[in-house]
Amino acid sequence: MSLLDVTGLTIRYGDDTVVDGVDIFIERGESVGIVGESGSGKSQSALAILGLLERRADVSGSIEFDGQQLLGAAEATLNQVRAQRIGVVFQDPAQALNPYLRIGVQLAQVLVSHGLAGRAEAPRRVIDMLDRVGLPDAARQCRAYPHQLSGGMRQRVMIASALIAEPDLLIADEPTTALDVTVQAQILELLEDIRDNTALLLITHDLGIVAGYCEHMIVLEQGRVVDAGPTTSLFASPRHDHTRALIAAAPRVDRGEIPTAVAGKTRLSVSDAVVDYGELRAVDDIGLTVREGETVAVVGESGSGKSSLVRAVLGLVPLTRGRVVYAGDTLSGPVERRSLAVRRDLQLVYQDPIGALDPQMRVRDIVAEPLLIHAPRLGSAERRRRTVAMLDLVGLREALLQRFPHELSGGQAQRVAIGRALILGPSVLICDEAVAALDGTVREQVLALLRNVQRETGLSIVFISHDLAVVRSISHRVLVMYMGRFAELARKAGKPRRLMIDTTHLKAHRTAASLLKKGLFPDASGARRAA
Amino acid sequence: MRNRTIRFSLGVLLGVAALALVGPWVSPNDYSGTNFDRLLSSPSFSGWHLFGTDDLGRDLFVRTMLGIRVTLVVAIVASLVSLVIGVAYGAIAGYVGGRVDAVMMRMVDTLYALPFIFFVILLMVAFERNFLLIFVAIGAVNWLDMARIVRGQTLSLREREFVEAARLTGAGTLRIIMRHIAPNLVGIVVVYITLTIPQAILVESFLSFLGLGVQEPQTSLGALVDAGVNQMEHASWTLLIPATLLAVILLSFNFLGDGLRDYFDARHAP
Repeated sequence: MSLLDVTGLTIRYGDDTVVDGVDIFIERGESVGIVGESGSGKSQSALAILGLLERRADVSGSIEFDGQQLLGAAEATLNQVRAQRIGVVFQDPAQALNPYLRIGVQLAQVLVSHGLAGRAEAPRRVIDMLDRVGLPDAARQCRAYPHQLSGGMRQRVMIASALIAEPDLLIADEPTTALDVTVQAQILELLEDIRDNTALLLITHDLGIVAGYCEHMIVLEQGRVVDAGPTTSLFASPRHDHTRALIAAAPRVDRGEIPTAVAGKTRLSVSDAVVDYGELRAVDDIGLTVREGETVAVVGESGSGKSSLVRAVLGLVPLTRGRVVYAGDTLSGPVERRSLAVRRDLQLVYQDPIGALDPQMRVRDIVAEPLLIHAPRLGSAERRRRTVAMLDLVGLREALLQRFPHELSGGQAQRVAIGRALILGPSVLICDEAVAALDGTVREQVLALLRNVQRETGLSIVFISHDLAVVRSISHRVLVMYMGRFAELARKAGKPRRLMIDTTHLKAHRTAASLLKKGLFPDASGARRAA
Repeated sequence: MRNRTIRFSLGVLLGVAALALVGPWVSPNDYSGTNFDRLLSSPSFSGWHLFGTDDLGRDLFVRTMLGIRVTLVVAIVASLVSLVIGVAYGAIAGYVGGRVDAVMMRMVDTLYALPFIFFVILLMVAFERNFLLIFVAIGAVNWLDMARIVRGQTLSLREREFVEAARLTGAGTLRIIMRHIAPNLVGIVVVYITLTIPQAILVESFLSFLGLGVQEPQTSLGALVDAGVNQMEHASWTLLIPATLLAVILLSFNFLGDGLRDYFDARHAP
């Protein structure tokens, strides 16, 4: 008998069917991955298993856990099961932990309130558990508040709290999406090592993670299972087109065409740039040049200073020292003091497309706004024509003109943001993690769009990312930032398939190496150790 | 659905306002004439005392209509003042920030620090006792809260990426405030105004009670309710009618505010 046996799970909200006849089987100790893009119903399925769906959801089918029917079970039964037999790790540990309680207290509560340990015994078990999840100096750290820990450490605490009751099943819903690449790998390793005999249901949009950590996988598309089976055989011979598309869209460091280097005129150059925030030196003596038609990628973990660098270039934060030269002119002072021509030529695309669009404005007004500022004499008909043409260029239908940002998907909103940035015909586009929040296939489309625009207009792109695999497919040069400094990744002559690390800075070297390793998406065959 | 809320509450308010305008003009009675044969008579059609009479034999229908006028005018003036001065002041202080913000907000603090009643008495001494002083007093106080709330909201809006994106593109301060900040303030401003209106109405009746506001034989709904409380044991209508009307007006303003907030907020637009 399976540990978890979900058959024909269907979830409806009114007329909207979000999950349609999904089957999930998990044996004891097995690891199963559910893959799908956002909106494919993977999180809804997980919430249904936990009995945590909204009240208005209409759920049918069968959810049997260890022979016990969970669908329609009493709240008390569900509580019992959730507390002792199914552990959960959510995407964002910052939201899942109570900010006002020390983590040790929160974990002890889990044990005490469910009668799994006495008050006297609980703290010791908590410290043991925190020690197992690799929290350094657990005895001291358990007195810390969540905000005093880094994202990775918080996620370790979440895993500890999910596993402390020694459940039979662990459900992890995008456990690493909110984390850095390097930390991501550590957390996944931890999940793999620590769970012993606990079965794992891993929900993710990242095929690389499933390939590396799950024995079985289930591919969801629009609420339906389109493919399911052992991970190795699905990767080797995907049955469904959608699976094939997902595999093809997964960015890989070792595959795909690398853009060839360009030798145009220098457009933007930064020299000896230093940015300080009070005591903290975020950017430490950085130089950077970007040529016409060239994409320069800046890679690094969060906190490495890459965002500070571009914000200084744009005049959003002051440079402590150094020079930014654009088209022969030195740019100085805050953005408000710069000429309109410079502000037209340097454009920025943000990571979070929804946040970067005014929620009260329609798409047509958002895209047309730069025209109103830079070409106020343009007639409304001409403005509309250019707006529609721009939307067409970024691959959006004219019907979206009337929409508000919240009515767009993440990919659509990012295209609108790119459209707004491109409508003035800038010469340098700065993308600050512009595709990090997007799904695999959408990300590929946006990257392709940027490549096309670059080919046609000779746009220079500064592409900031923490994901080396994404960077590889778009950039001519890669720079790795570490602790505010650069270590350059150059391309070795004659071997276009390898990115070579060319640096003398030891620490940066190590980061670059680890980034390369982590960014490399494993083949199912090579990476699946157990299978 | 939301439009229905707006239409309904607006309809009620306009109906009440029209009644208040036309009522005294149609009625054969006037607001100050006393009739000692009919002290505290209950509502009836004889003599067209539709809402009865008070303890001086004055017609309550005409007096209530007069009270509604005062109440509505107070409500509208208070909300206009806090809307125009408060929002502009708060948005500028919040967006420009720095020293400008510090100076502007210390001025608000100073005005806050003045005891309200002392302020009103000061006004009375400086000028003649005048009905208009109520508006000046209420207006002077009401926009302070609004300015603070709008400033706080603006401070957080200013840091949002869409505002930064507009700055990068070259949008000027005025454009950012008008196109990006103000529309995103509508929700909170409308909600706050619906709180301001009842507050202003209550302050007016409080001032009238102290003898600093509307003077007899002029009246307001607040003053009528106050008088009615004294008679409620033997002439309940003197309390119930103005109190009900006051409640209807306040509720309508609240519903109107709810409806308007949803109407202006793009996220809830149908």
